[in-house]
Amino acid sequence: MSTDVHNNTHEDHDYTTTGLNHRKMLMWAFLGSDCMFFGALIATYLVYQGKSLVGPYPIDVFDIPVTSVSTFVLLMSSMSMVLAYAALTQNKINGFRIWMASTAIMGATFIGFQVYEFSSFSTFHVDIESCAEQKVKYGKFDDYEAELCSNAKDDHVETHDGLKPQTNLFGTTFYTLTGFHGAHVTLGIVWILSLLFLSYKKGMITPERHLDVDLAALYWHFVDVVWIVIFTVIYLFGVFPFPGS
Amino acid sequence: MSSLPIPVPNIKISRPVNPTGIWSWLTTVDHKRIGIMYGITAFILFLSGGIEATIMRLQLAGPELDIVSAAIYNQLFTMHGTTMIFLAIMPLSAAFFNYLIPLQIGARDVAFPRLNAFSYWTFLGGALMLKLSWIGGATDAGWFGYAPLTSIDQNPGKGIDFWILSLQILGVASLGSAFNFIVTIINLRAPGMTWMRLPLFTWMSFITAILLVLAFPVITVALIELTFDRYFAFNFFNVANGGSVVLWQHLFWVFGHPEVYILILPAMGIVSEVLPVFSRKPLFGYATVVLAGAIIAFMGWMVWSHHMFTVGLGPVANTVFTITTMLIAVPTGIKMFNWIGTIWGGSLKLNTPMLFSLGFIAMFLIGGLSGVMHAVSAHDAQQQDTYFVPAHIHYVLFGGAIMAILSGIYFWFPKFSGKMYSEREGKLHFWLMMIGQNVTFFPMHFVGLDGMPRRIYTYAEGMGWDLWNAVATAGVFILIAGFLVMINNLGRHWRNGPTATDDPWDARTLEWSISSPPPHYNFEEIPVVRSLDDWWETKYGTHEKAVPVSGSSEDAHNSDIHMPQPSYWPAVTSLGLFVGGYGIVFNDLLFPYLFAGIGLLITVIGVYAWSLEPVNDPE
Amino acid sequence: MLNFNKFKQAIPLVLTLLISLVLIACYPEHNQSTFDAAGPVAEKQLNVFWWILIGAAIVFVIVEAALAYAIIKYRRKDESETPKQTHGNAKLELVWTTLPALMLIIIAIPTINTLFYAAEPPKHALEQHTLQAIGHQWWFEFRYPSPSDENKEIVTANEVYIPVGYPISIELDSVDVIHSFWVPKLAGKVDMVPAEGNKMWFEADEPGVYYGQCAEYCGDSHANMRFRVVAVPENEFNDWLAYQSAPAIESPDALALSGQEVFKSAGCSGCHALKTVVNKGSKGRIGPNLTHVASRRHLAAGVLTNSEDGGPVNDSYLQDNLRNWIKDPNSIKPGNIMSAQGVVYTDPDRKLTEEEISALVGYLTTLK
Repeated sequence: MSTDVHNNTHEDHDYTTTGLNHRKMLMWAFLGSDCMFFGALIATYLVYQGKSLVGPYPIDVFDIPVTSVSTFVLLMSSMSMVLAYAALTQNKINGFRIWMASTAIMGATFIGFQVYEFSSFSTFHVDIESCAEQKVKYGKFDDYEAELCSNAKDDHVETHDGLKPQTNLFGTTFYTLTGFHGAHVTLGIVWILSLLFLSYKKGMITPERHLDVDLAALYWHFVDVVWIVIFTVIYLFGVFPFPGS
Repeated sequence: MSSLPIPVPNIKISRPVNPTGIWSWLTTVDHKRIGIMYGITAFILFLSGGIEATIMRLQLAGPELDIVSAAIYNQLFTMHGTTMIFLAIMPLSAAFFNYLIPLQIGARDVAFPRLNAFSYWTFLGGALMLKLSWIGGATDAGWFGYAPLTSIDQNPGKGIDFWILSLQILGVASLGSAFNFIVTIINLRAPGMTWMRLPLFTWMSFITAILLVLAFPVITVALIELTFDRYFAFNFFNVANGGSVVLWQHLFWVFGHPEVYILILPAMGIVSEVLPVFSRKPLFGYATVVLAGAIIAFMGWMVWSHHMFTVGLGPVANTVFTITTMLIAVPTGIKMFNWIGTIWGGSLKLNTPMLFSLGFIAMFLIGGLSGVMHAVSAHDAQQQDTYFVPAHIHYVLFGGAIMAILSGIYFWFPKFSGKMYSEREGKLHFWLMMIGQNVTFFPMHFVGLDGMPRRIYTYAEGMGWDLWNAVATAGVFILIAGFLVMINNLGRHWRNGPTATDDPWDARTLEWSISSPPPHYNFEEIPVVRSLDDWWETKYGTHEKAVPVSGSSEDAHNSDIHMPQPSYWPAVTSLGLFVGGYGIVFNDLLFPYLFAGIGLLITVIGVYAWSLEPVNDPE
Repeated sequence: MLNFNKFKQAIPLVLTLLISLVLIACYPEHNQSTFDAAGPVAEKQLNVFWWILIGAAIVFVIVEAALAYAIIKYRRKDESETPKQTHGNAKLELVWTTLPALMLIIIAIPTINTLFYAAEPPKHALEQHTLQAIGHQWWFEFRYPSPSDENKEIVTANEVYIPVGYPISIELDSVDVIHSFWVPKLAGKVDMVPAEGNKMWFEADEPGVYYGQCAEYCGDSHANMRFRVVAVPENEFNDWLAYQSAPAIESPDALALSGQEVFKSAGCSGCHALKTVVNKGSKGRIGPNLTHVASRRHLAAGVLTNSEDGGPVNDSYLQDNLRNWIKDPNSIKPGNIMSAQGVVYTDPDRKLTEEEISALVGYLTTLK
């Protein structure tokens, strides 16, 4: 029996044992590995939490209101991504393009917030007019102030050292973890913009080829979920003590 | 035709069509060719690791010898360990995954043929980077690179950086491969190939792939942290600023322990295929062996600190890990007993593949028992960091994994080469290996318990270690002889051996139902599987009426065979990683991180081109 | 035909043979043999080993015998035969799951027991018998609490004396990389991890010189990082400690005096201290303390031997060793810091002359 061998791929319609698409499964497998990646970085952060030898410490630099805004923006970008995908499946290409652009813009805004945060942390500056009066006024020092005042030669203490990765364990672990998260977001933005541009090329992004967008959406949501974990574990738990602690 | 909002060059690179010669290998996406490339590359790298070991053994043949300097010796043992684990055993296993899995599950190729090729080229790049690091000074901090020996202060040279980057690149290759095989095994099984009808080798490969996906990211993070410490003065392992060097050990071994199961499970899968064929009996306790493999993989996450019994974690932590480590011996034992159950009452043909698999059982038993001795943590305080550890390692990895891999090479040789090797020479290799293994590695138990630490480039006269070290060195030459016999046997016969039939062994699984070697498309018709050991049941007609599980057999049975096409982009993308890796190590060449940027650019081009690759349709 | 019973009878014989084989290969008289437990910690650890060795030997013999038996008995005799296609046996699975699990539980008990025993020194351990062992690349620094002043410590290197019959607590640290403190005949090792504060203890039952070696790869000369534990009766120990706290001998000998000058001018005093009493917790020096170097059995951390068979120090050996070491330390200890940082090694203009070396040797030999 002669066998016609065709060099062709219709991968999205081919037989699969489970009926699920290969690439979707691949993305899930990849996200599994990415979970372990972030897990190891978060574990490192947690192991070193509270162990920095010098400040600044989380409570000195974290600005929960600001970070809450950026978290909200990232969350909204996930919603925008859902809307983009929905528009595509309904063949509303213009709607798709708008929502994709908006996802990218919100993602970029989040990155903008990160850049602002990194730069403000690294130039974090403390200016205590008088150590003696500071202590009287507030009843006690926080750890960083205590450190600065005890090491100081006179009563006025000012430092521009800021928090850099080299400063202490907090800097090292914080910048590495959030930096890699930011890199993942950036990659996602590039991916989304690529899909957006491709949608202008005839036949590249169609409702039949929705999987291409679905995969990007899955990745994007994952990156968002990782941020929720980071925001909760690192920011919120870092600043607000547990009841009774 | 394109109406993009910004001008984009309209570059169209067509996909290669029927390339020949070296291009056909560079652009191939055929799992069988990729498997062969992995196998040959890995075998050559295995030999390079063997040369490293031979030089080490020459240096230790007697006390206070001066064959190599301390500096070279320290690089030798580090490179030997890294080579054997990452450049030999893992890619040899990958060779088997690649060649066999689609055949065993009744598929035409893997789920992602280009990703498969990418994994191979990336592996090659990582391997080259590691071996080339001998030039200018290789890494010398041991294969598990404990901090702070790997810090920039302690180790300012580039050897460590090459080690780090090559492991990262190899990690990408392994992950790509693992993703591919997970999807392939879940999603490309022929109709009727339920999970409990999967050949044992494929099962073990599946479990291994899951371990890879979960374990590698941890070492990725550890290596990133080390890189940042070295390059940018971060504090991850900087004791002066509050860091802990023990953190490195935890991160490394959380990866490292699952890694040893990654090394052994495929080998156990091979043995589980060979024994039934040459006993003419099914695998005893198939379901139990599968379950034991899964349990080992799961429990493998809970034992990592048994590598750290002497680090000072405290008796409570040590107790916990003692218990978990002892427990993991149980499923391992279950497998051993099931293998013996397989041959018991069988009709045993003691040919080369069978001898190697039986040898595996005999040798792995010893390695497993010395492993239990390590688990007795109270005495491990005496065994740790002595030659008792290399003794254990080489019984499980050389007498164990390598022996099983050799069994697999001889077993599947007729299938992938289409030729038959010389049985006499094969048996000779086996006996040289068995004798050599025991002469080389058994005495290491003795000197270890006699107080000889490991990783020492020399030892004093009068310690009493001379005799057994000399014996161990002599054993190396027996092993070398065995491998020379093998290379001669397989090399000659691959070229000019007698033609092999489809099923020279009267075997049990689907790969033996097609020609040797198989056609490009593997199966003319995708088989409908009706039971475990389907091919055996087809031959001897004992099939029960089974219903295919999901997917219509019509879909898979169509007479048009669609094969994935060759592609340039996997190799290009790998090249980008390779250049990028060098660019990170030589980051001050011409312009800071210039070559890292060039590497990144090549990678990005590769990825884009790959994603947008035109599909050539001859129709 | 293979007789199963005869096979079974062979098992105890094989077991005996095996255990003898193992025993032949254990040499308690060797310097670092773990089979010569000379103190309670090593002894308890060794006992646990005997348990597991016996268990392992039994499992080994049974399983290898089953394997060998099956291979021989079930060899194919007829190409066409197809044996019974057994798929498994649930009962067997249960047996060979529970039996090994039971064996392991049995061995776990003494194991855990010994873990806790070795972790903390006994209640009667004395504060004054707590010493510090600090790892350096590639030598061991030891510090004793001063018997006369609780704010002072006595520093020495590479040769540590302990009183027989008393538990000795050791606090471990390292100034650079991870090392490991291992005296096989007295106890299993514990790593010297920078800033981790590891502790261990041991006790010597009998007087003797016990060999120790670093057991965690620590760089170029890991192989050359060794030490000695000298166990002596209590009164001798007290005498020794008192002697150690005495300042360096100031010999009036002409050669020794010129050597003393060279010691300063060549920069030796920058790294090597000539007094042993320091403030508690003070920072150590880069090189070993040399105040009483001429009374040590070995030089360069256990690499060069100053005596014949562990006997008293032989001055001519000592002088040869000192000379060889000072002339070219790198040939004895590749990578050592002295060769890497000492100005007389790094600067060819400052290289030591033969006279200077002889003077130094003459001086150091007086530092008993």
